[in-house]
Formats: sequence, C-alpha cells, structure tokens
Amino acid sequence: MSRAGRITRRVFLGTAGAAAAGLAVGYYFYRRPFPNPLEARAADGEAVFSPFVKIAADGPITIIVPRAEMGQGVTTTLAALVAEELDVRLDQIAVEHGPAASAYANIGMLQDAVPFPRFDDSAMVEMLRSGMGIVGKFLAIQGTGGSSSAIDAFERMRHAGALAREALKAEAARRWNVEASGLTTASAAVTNPATGEELSYAELAVDAASVAYSGEPGLRPASEWKLLGRAQPRLDIEAKSTGAPIFGIDVDLPDMVYGTVRMNPALGGRMRGFDAAAAEAMPGVLKIVEIDTHLGHGVGIIARSTWHAFRAAEAVAIEWEEAPAALDDAAVWERLEQAVSGNDGSTFRDDGDVDTAFADAPRERIVEAEYRVPFLAHATLEPMNATARFRDGNLHVWAPNQAPTLLRMACAREAGIDQDRCTIHTTSLGGGFGRRLETDYAVYATRLAMEAGGRPVKVTWTREEDTTHDTYRPAAIGRFKARLGADGLPQALDMKIASPSIIASMLPRLYPSLSAMGADAAIVDGSYNQPYTIPDYRVAGIKADIGLPLGFWRSVGNSYNGFFHEAFMDEVATAGGVDPVELRRRLMANYPTALGVVEKVAEMADWSGETAPNRAKGFAFATSFGSWVAEIVEVSEDSGRIRVENIWVAADVGTALDPGIVEAQLMSGALFGLSAAMFEEINFDAGRAVQTNFHDYEPLRIHQSPKVEIAILQAAAKMGGVGEVGTPPAAPALANAIFALTGERIRRLPLAREVVFA
Amino acid sequence: MFSIYGAKPYLKAHEMRLTVNGKAIRIDAEPEMPLLWALRDLAGIKGPKFGCGIAACGACTVLVDGAAVRSCVLPVGQVDGEVTTIEGIGSSEALHPVQQAWIDEQVAQCGYCQAGQIMSAVALLNEIPAPSDEEIDRAMGGNLCRCATYPRIRAAIKRASDTSAET
Ligand code: FES
Ligand code: FES
Repeated sequence: MSRAGRITRRVFLGTAGAAAAGLAVGYYFYRRPFPNPLEARAADGEAVFSPFVKIAADGPITIIVPRAEMGQGVTTTLAALVAEELDVRLDQIAVEHGPAASAYANIGMLQDAVPFPRFDDSAMVEMLRSGMGIVGKFLAIQGTGGSSSAIDAFERMRHAGALAREALKAEAARRWNVEASGLTTASAAVTNPATGEELSYAELAVDAASVAYSGEPGLRPASEWKLLGRAQPRLDIEAKSTGAPIFGIDVDLPDMVYGTVRMNPALGGRMRGFDAAAAEAMPGVLKIVEIDTHLGHGVGIIARSTWHAFRAAEAVAIEWEEAPAALDDAAVWERLEQAVSGNDGSTFRDDGDVDTAFADAPRERIVEAEYRVPFLAHATLEPMNATARFRDGNLHVWAPNQAPTLLRMACAREAGIDQDRCTIHTTSLGGGFGRRLETDYAVYATRLAMEAGGRPVKVTWTREEDTTHDTYRPAAIGRFKARLGADGLPQALDMKIASPSIIASMLPRLYPSLSAMGADAAIVDGSYNQPYTIPDYRVAGIKADIGLPLGFWRSVGNSYNGFFHEAFMDEVATAGGVDPVELRRRLMANYPTALGVVEKVAEMADWSGETAPNRAKGFAFATSFGSWVAEIVEVSEDSGRIRVENIWVAADVGTALDPGIVEAQLMSGALFGLSAAMFEEINFDAGRAVQTNFHDYEPLRIHQSPKVEIAILQAAAKMGGVGEVGTPPAAPALANAIFALTGERIRRLPLAREVVFA
Repeated sequence: MFSIYGAKPYLKAHEMRLTVNGKAIRIDAEPEMPLLWALRDLAGIKGPKFGCGIAACGACTVLVDGAAVRSCVLPVGQVDGEVTTIEGIGSSEALHPVQQAWIDEQVAQCGYCQAGQIMSAVALLNEIPAPSDEEIDRAMGGNLCRCATYPRIRAAIKRASDTSAET
C-alpha cells in the first residue's frame, strides 16, 4: 500500500527537491568510489584489500570499523560482518577505527531524512530513499547515529570480506596452479582439499593484494553463517573489564599538558571581559586564553594537571553578557503553547477527512488532552573532552566522537588550515547518545592547542560545564483529540506537536552561514509514522523558535512522540472501554510485524492473567529506525511509593546480527527511556541551565532499575536499528502502568513531579 | 621547542608518598589535590575515571585498605592506607574473579563506569561474600551507569559470589 500520495504536497516537494538536486548534479560522479584512505597510510609489508581489510605479511589481520564504539557493540558486529565472508575467527583479528574519510560515510544514517513511514515500500518512497543515500554520499558524513551502523555496513562490509577472500584464493590457486573454485578457506588459511596443502593468509597477502581482483563474489545466505546470528564475545569486553585506558579522557601523549574550559552559562551569550591575573598566579597554571567561537564564548585554562585547570577556571573573574534569548521555563512553555495553538505547521500525515469527522462529533464521543515533555541532557558518563596538538601547521585531535569528518571540518576551520592537515583519532566513547555528533569539545581543544606552543593539551570539562553546555533534547507540547466510534475504537485522531527544531539548531553550528528552515520530520517522528489504521488521522508538526542549543538525543523525536502517541492511545482505549492490547490488535490488523511483537509481549507479561494486589501493568508500542517494539511495564505501590518492578520488551529487528548485543542494546535503550521518564529534566533560568551535576540531574540507579526480559523476533522483512529503538515505548508503558495502578493520568514528564519512586 | 611555562618558575609542590597497587610511589602534589587526579594525571594510573567530582557517580571508586572510596573527593594528603585501583586487582593474564564474572556476563557497554562498578563490587564481596539483592542495591547505589547495564551488573555480582562460595 502506498502512503506517498497522501503526504502533503509541500513536504513532498521540499524533500524531493533535495534528492533530485543530488541526482542531477551528481549523476556522473556518485557511483565512483571514494579513494581508499588506507592506501596512503599502509605500512611496509602490509597488504590493503579495501578500505576495510588489511593483512600484514607477519600475520596480523586488521579490520577497519569506521564507526564510534560507544557501547552499542558496533566493533564486534561490524568486524563479524567482514570475518564471516573472510573466513577468519574473531580471535584472529585486530580492529581499528581507521581515519576520518569519505570512504566511510554512513549512507544509511541519512535514509531516514525522508519523511515517510519506514515501513512504506512504495516505489516512490524507495526512490526517494535511495536518492537520500546518494545525497548522503555527497555530504560524505562519517557518522554514527540513527541506529544505522549495522544496516549501512551489512552489504558493504561482508562484500569487503568476500573480495579479500577471493583475492587470497586466486593467489593460492596461481601458486598451486589449480582452479580457485576448488579451494576452501577457514581460520585465515586457504586449503586445497585435493592435496591437503595449506597457505596462511599472511603468506598470500602481499601478492594477493597487488593483483587487481576483478570477480564479483556473491554473499553467503544467512543459512550458511557461522558468526552472524549468534552471540559473540564482545571484542572490547576485556579492555572494559580491566580498566584499560581506551577513552578520550585517557589519552596520554609525550609532553602533554592539561586544560579545561569555562564558557558563558548564559547560552549563546558573549563575554564582556575577564581578569585572569589571580588565576594565572596560581600554582600549576600555565596559561589562560580567551575562546571566542560561534559555538561559545569564554576562557580556556592550560595547566599542569586537570585539577589545577579546574581550580584556576573558578578563579578567573569573568563578566558575562546575557543570553540573546534569556528565556526561563515559563517563557519557553509560553512559546510552545503559542505555537501549538496557532494554525501554522506542516502536516506529515493526513488520512481521511479529520475536520469533518470532528465537526459533527457528539461532545461525549471526544477525548482531548495536552502532553508535555521537558528538555533533557545527554549526561554521558564520560564528560566532554578532547586532546589536540598543533605543530608545524598540522593539527591532530584525539577525541571520543560520533562524526570524525565533521570534527575534521570544524577543527581545521578553527585552526585556519586545510582539512588535509588535520587528523582525527577516534577513541572509545564513554557514552554518546547523540552528544558526540557535536564538535564543540574538539573545537575548544583546538583553540587551546593553538596556544600551547606545540605541546598536546588534553581538555576535560567539569561535569558542571558538561551539564550546563549541552545540546539538549528539546521540550515539546502535544495537543491531541480523538473521536470515538460506536465500537469504542478511535474513528478520528488529530495530533498537533510543537517543538523547536533540532536540525535548525544543529546545522548552523556546523555550517555557520546556513539559513533557517521549516518544520522537519524529527518534530513528529514517532507520531506520524505509526502503523495504526484509523479512518481520519492527522499529525501536524509546528516549529517553535526558542534560541537554545538543541541536539540529537537517543531516538530523537521518537523519544517524546513515543510518549505522546502511546499515552494518548491508552487514554483513548480507556475512554472507549477497550483493553489497550486489544485496541492495538484491532488497529494494527494490517501490520503483522507490529501484531507479532504486541502478541509476544502480552504473552511474556501474562497481560490477560491475574495481577497481584497493589500491582498494575501498562502497555506501549513504537516502531522507529525500522524496528518494531512493544513494551509492558509493571509497577507496585507500597506506602505511597511506586516501584518499577518489571519491564518486558518484544522487538522485531528483522535480522539480529548478534543477538547478545541486540539484547544488551534493547535493555539499555528501555532503561534509558525509563530513566528520563522518571527523573530527568533540565530547567532554564535567564537562558542558563539550572541543573549542574548528578545531585540535581539524577539518572536511574541500580535500586530503581526493574527486572528486564527481552524477546528478539526476526519476522520483519528488513533489518532495523537496535541502539535507540528500546527507548520510545518505555515512558508511555510506565505512565500507563501508573494510571492503571493509581487512576491518575500523568501527562507531563518527568513522572517524579507527581509520584514518589521507591 | 618553545615552552609555555614562560617566565614563571614552576614552584615545587609537596612531595607525597603513596602506596598504590602494592608499589610505593612519590608524586609532586598539593595535599588538597584529589586522589583521583593525582592518580590519573601525575601517576598515569587511568583506571579510576572522572564522572562528577562530587561523589555522586562512583566512576572514580578505588579501595583504600580494602574499603571503597570516591577518589574524586579524597584529598591526596588525607590518604592513610594502601590504595588499590582496578589495575591492582587483576590483569588480562590473571583476571580477578569479579572481572571474570563481568566478562562472562558481558556486562560492559560503553564501559566508562565499569572500573568503578567492579571496584565497588570487589569491596562488597570482600565484606559480604553472598550478598542479597538489597545488599547489592545498597553497595552499588552510588555507582551510576548511564548505559543502564544494571541487570547484568547484578547477574555478574551473583555469579562472582557463587564462584567464590565454591572455592
Ligand atoms: S567522579 Fe567521583 S563519584 Fe563521580
Ligand atoms: S557501561 Fe556506559 S556508563 Fe556504564
């Protein structure tokens, strides 16, 4: 079925324009592969087979995994894609992140930029998606985000493994003077079954790579996989269980000095002046410099240790300018209320005739509600940091980051050098969640490195600096209206969602000359593209400008639209006297994949069975990033305190390349969503974030963490993402459970505003 | 190479003596410098991590005479016992049973909190070899994990306590 024809024309034209422009301009170029970045760097005796595989003559086989390891297990999963076709064991390989390079652009990441439901397969939508892929290649963003890494790599990296394997076989065949097709490969060696002769990859590599292999090896079907589809021990697990120095904050270089920054807490405000005399006289302090960039204004301290820098930063006397939009919470909500009350905005879904459906609706058949979510911080446990060295006109930056090509662009710009003089070294990330798609930490480190006389400077932010200078998940308001039919099911649904645009906030940080744009799909992502069949169904997004820095936060728009859509669906079910799971059975009958996870989770949680006294369950569903997820939360009450006892998650991800890692990601995503729903909130006062550290921005702790049970289904036709998809249904499932227990419908997050958690 | 120390002579701080992971070390630090930064920036011991600086996250947890302490708020001048960091309990070649349990349960995601988690767990199991759920909650409640690996942390502590019960 096609939904493309029903999408509002305005939105359609905008997106088609971008894709078409990419096609027209780039038709000639877009298929030409990017240069192989490894060739220039190859050491002597190292055979480079592709941007993803190199084999040294003395043995080591290296697989390049050009995505950020931030806990999602991407190193293990992507290496296994290559290893599966290359016929090497995971304990026979080394993994490198590789350089920042266009060859590693994440084409999959941009595919969701097209505002159509992910499950819509019509030819038009497919064409637009592939168009976006081409645009992605042009922008050549090497990013880790949008739960896209495994999807993007699925073909490319297996292909890289197969190509190298065939080249090695061809070389063995040449040496033995036999047909390559008769040879077998396993555990990094080629064998001739007829003679029992064997040659290791190391022996073959240099010669094999020097001949251009021209064949087109096919990829093995899933039924022949030996590594994929099975849980593998994570390649990073030992380092992370022994305290190995793998994070950005652990970088250690000869002659290194330490630093920190103190930026205007009034976000967007400049600095009038500062007096560093007292701070500069403190022991251990080396230099204090002004930072004046479009990302922020303040001072940087270079010192003998991080602690000396922290101490000196507090001692600098600074006169800040006010923030240009010195908003507090009341002003933010007022702007969002204005936006949601107006008639502007873009309609992202418009089925049937919503206006008429409501025009003749009897009052008692209408359900109306307003929902709100607050700003959120990323609060990665590793605070923002980066290390930079500027010497002889060359800049090196070591940083945990999700977008090395963007970092290279921004840091080279700050240093006033060409990008080819800037090298980005990506370390492991102590959490990303979208925060490390930004460049500020690396740009500030670059600024300090320019003042450090050629010495490397490791610049670490305090937690306070990190919390008060985030790019926040935006606040949002939703106003919803449903008309119930005689059967208790919604006959019409009208949703309006107002939020500031993340993309409009982020793009000028990367490209300062870029002008603003209209509402984007992220505002309604998770509300407009859910697989419900409702005759009259409209979802509109309204962009509200508030002038605070906003960014991508795990699951982006889905993080609040999941709550909006599914908590309101629960209200509709209650009003119509229909069981929430039954409501989904009826409204999602056209989508068997959705029904599959709904039925599975209902069975896991024994939804229709007896519930213990003082306990209740809540249900929610969301499809995002191509995966289908249903969750049930069970809560209990004891002397006025609510405890989250259990969460059941059923997710259809199409293909689970590593079920152990998929399970870990779903668990993490769901608990991350519960954490935000229960406790997290950033408030603003005069354009400054009020919360500063983990005493007032408190994520979930172990004693508040429920038991988790996960089921992974693989019925969906396409492979979906896993890193973010557990998050959207968690908040509504919990809020719905609290309603079932207490009768109180909480329409504003965090829930701790209204209830006390044990 | 040009030095950014400039004209100001670097003033000698106080010499501090510590025993870390069984070795006597000397560092040049003011007594009020937190142990965390003395370890990380002056002694090059990077297992303990910086997360908050106010004893609210547990990333910096080390043992002093076997008890878990938050090294970000402990002035190095007040350390009056033997310091053990994650580097001192085991290595890839000879893993501590708690580290082995962490690997068996595949606990770590981003991994940033895990050195602190493991040190808190080691201290807990030294004191209570077979802790109940409530005892685990109490001992581990100060260690945040932003990746929310809590279910696997719990499983790993139980596994480690079973292993030590058998030996
Ligand atoms: S850094 Fe010490 S408790 Fe957070
Ligand atoms: S594993 Fe990431 S913070 Fe714990």
